[in-house]
Amino acid sequence: MTKWHDFLEKDGKAPPWPYPIRYDQEREIETDVLVIGGGIAGCWAAISAARNGVRVALVEKGDTIRSGAGGPGCDHWCNAPANPLSNVDPDEWAQHMTDIMYPNGIGTQIQCRENYDTLLELEQIGGKIRDTDDEYKGAIGRDDKSKFMISPRYTRVHSYIPGTIKPKTFKSNPDQKLNNVVIRVWGTTFKPALKKECKRLGVEIFDRVMVTGLLTEGGVQGARVIGATGFSNRTGEFMVFKSKAAVLSTAGNYSLYMLNTELSGYNTFRSRNMTGDGVAMAWRAGAELTLMERTNPLMLGTGFKHTWYGGAGDASYENVPLVDANGKKLPWPTQGWADAGAMRPTPDVMEKIIKGVQTGEYALPFYGDFPGMPDIERKVTWNLMLGEESTTKNITHSYEEAGFNPDKHLLQNYNFIEGNSLPQWRNATGGGPVIDWDLKTTLDGLYVAGEQTFSYGDHSYAAATGRYAGRKAAAYSQQINVGKMSQEQVTLEKARIYAPIKRTDGVDWKELQAGIARTMQYFCSEYKTERLLKMGLDSLKDIEERHVPALYALDPHKLMRSIEDLSILTHGQIVLHASLARRASSQILNFFRIDYPEVDPPDWNKFVTVKLEKNKVKTGELPLNYWGDMKANYEAHNKDYEGVYKVK
Amino acid sequence: MAQNKVYAVPNIISPNTPVIFNPDICDGCNTCVEVCQVDVFIPNPEEGKPPIILHPDECWYGGCCVNHCPRPGAISFNWPVQQRAYWKDKATGNVFRA
Ligand SMILES: Cc1cc2nc3c(=O)[nH]c(=O)nc-3n(C[C@H](O)[C@H](O)[C@H](O)COP(=O)(O)OP(=O)(O)OC[C@H]3O[C@@H](n4cnc5c(N)ncnc54)[C@H](O)[C@@H]3O)c2cc1C
Ligand code: SF4
Ligand code: SF4
Repeated sequence: MTKWHDFLEKDGKAPPWPYPIRYDQEREIETDVLVIGGGIAGCWAAISAARNGVRVALVEKGDTIRSGAGGPGCDHWCNAPANPLSNVDPDEWAQHMTDIMYPNGIGTQIQCRENYDTLLELEQIGGKIRDTDDEYKGAIGRDDKSKFMISPRYTRVHSYIPGTIKPKTFKSNPDQKLNNVVIRVWGTTFKPALKKECKRLGVEIFDRVMVTGLLTEGGVQGARVIGATGFSNRTGEFMVFKSKAAVLSTAGNYSLYMLNTELSGYNTFRSRNMTGDGVAMAWRAGAELTLMERTNPLMLGTGFKHTWYGGAGDASYENVPLVDANGKKLPWPTQGWADAGAMRPTPDVMEKIIKGVQTGEYALPFYGDFPGMPDIERKVTWNLMLGEESTTKNITHSYEEAGFNPDKHLLQNYNFIEGNSLPQWRNATGGGPVIDWDLKTTLDGLYVAGEQTFSYGDHSYAAATGRYAGRKAAAYSQQINVGKMSQEQVTLEKARIYAPIKRTDGVDWKELQAGIARTMQYFCSEYKTERLLKMGLDSLKDIEERHVPALYALDPHKLMRSIEDLSILTHGQIVLHASLARRASSQILNFFRIDYPEVDPPDWNKFVTVKLEKNKVKTGELPLNYWGDMKANYEAHNKDYEGVYKVK
Repeated sequence: MAQNKVYAVPNIISPNTPVIFNPDICDGCNTCVEVCQVDVFIPNPEEGKPPIILHPDECWYGGCCVNHCPRPGAISFNWPVQQRAYWKDKATGNVFRA
């Protein structure tokens, strides 16, 4: 009896809702710093704000213990040039990381300067960051003294960045020693350690609560942010948070372009909890957003992520040589020591592989040749990398239980046989609020961190920017009073949230999400024109006016999914407006306008911004490096930075 | 075997068994209910019994429920049929599937 229909078959009744229903109850919470989203950035923001001596409330849709993309784990602490084994200067590395177009210079500089300190703080609170058990003695990259394990990633070649497939000579590393900027870590230990530290510091944690909207001073769009509303996704209870400063750390959106009705959980790279709520609420509050037109194909062959993280779609993922069905080695780089960190075949090598497949030179399917690796490297990849990365721990467990033994077995790879990802299957992440050197948005009182800054980010980026935003928000909260709330704004938001529970039939959240996703696929995907984009806006308006009023939810959980759909809808509208505003194509943004075919014309190399002013869309622009000199500005804004936290 | 009573139910969401509970080992502590980021489970109305899989269609297949369970063997991961990986014995060439 572990499925709901077992109950139905037992006595004809579904199990009762297990939590008390409290739709009619309201709770008010007052705090100094409100953190919205308790993932990696959110937990770090809460910890650093609390360490700066202010009251903190942390609100999380799931349970902070394992929520977010980094909840299950992490095995790479990326871009840590300040670590003692690194051979490059942090500022030079930050500059290198922002050599591509449309980076987040502020976030990257913070990451490169502070993520090593963050890592040491993580160790203080119980995160495992060194091979203290001597499990991997003899592995390449292991430093016997510090017991740090350096990853081959970015050691010489940084193939994530187009055009940088050749080793780059850094001024700070003239002899081209290995860069050593990525550290392997035992990330399954991180999230529980972060939650424990939040509790120890007295952070008030609200798990299973979805934040739905920001409150602004006097209810005015564009005014200072003074709190937020939310509700429990188990009881339905309404919550009003009053704060002096808020940190938005809700990450991106992987649900805007895709819903596979029966396999929804694993058809994207993030769990369903990441639905663009952050940008939707920042937009409604009047914050200026940028890079919202950036959406990218998911690049998951079948749309099912396990083929990637099964070490299969990418058995080559790190150090695992790829062989064909007859055992012939493929010229596919493995982002490993042998390839100096290169991840993808260069276009001409890829061409050769494709030809080889077509002529039978390379027999399908391909395999990851685990047995062909040196013992210690195999152990590192299978046990440490896959064991700790994230959703991969259950892969190593369940495959081993089913008899897979990496010493003897080749793991199948799905390149070619699973086809390519459709260009219409896209993520919508990498855009977000415009920020300044305090990670403050254009609204007073509102800060951002992690993937919610306009960046793809990664785990250590989220941690370092969260920690930074937390201390800046705390400092601001110490200088300002609680703002004046508008009761009307709260009442309107309450009505918006509870509308779906007033109905018992109509359109449910899955149908609505699929409808929005289809609109985005048709009108805002691979090829864009003004006509298509405007049709997209009309289509979303039609959904808003005709189908949203029919949205229904039978319990608080489905109510959350329904309200998330409204975020998804708003997010879609923002993407369409931003896409209309960029009247040029861009390779790096994966943005192609048939009506403006010139790719990255110089006069369009700038950030396009969008925001609501009196509920009207206003567009604007910012120069590419609007943050100025990264090193100088970082230093000017952080004269009082104290480095690694000392327990007081 | 004919069932005692046949109910009229819609097609059930499938796949619907991301995990399998072993009721002999599971003591219904509900740790897995708490760590799941998307609330796939709810506690069993009967105390001490394994949780109920209510939202299998939202499962992220991240495995936190399994990794966090304090009673080894109480809950195990169950890949949907179409997601089961293949591998090959390097020495014999025999192909296996999870
Ligand atoms: C399978 C996988 C493997 C990865 N491996 C690595 C790795 O090895 N190294 C690396 O550097 N990076 C890795 N990453 C990326 C890394 O995990 C993310 O970049 C990082 O977690 C982003 O942090 P974040 O805080 O911005 O977002 P998240 O950690 O995703 O947190 C966002 C949080 O906000 C909450 N939330 C959203 N909306 C609301 C709302 N309305 N109200 C309340 N809460 C809300 C969500 O529930 C979530 O907990 C991996 C990601 C995945 C999916
Ligand atoms: S499966 Fe494990 S965690 Fe879940 S209720 Fe049973 S014993 Fe507790
Ligand atoms: S695998 Fe993850 S999403 Fe699925 S039930 Fe377990 S904890 Fe929940």
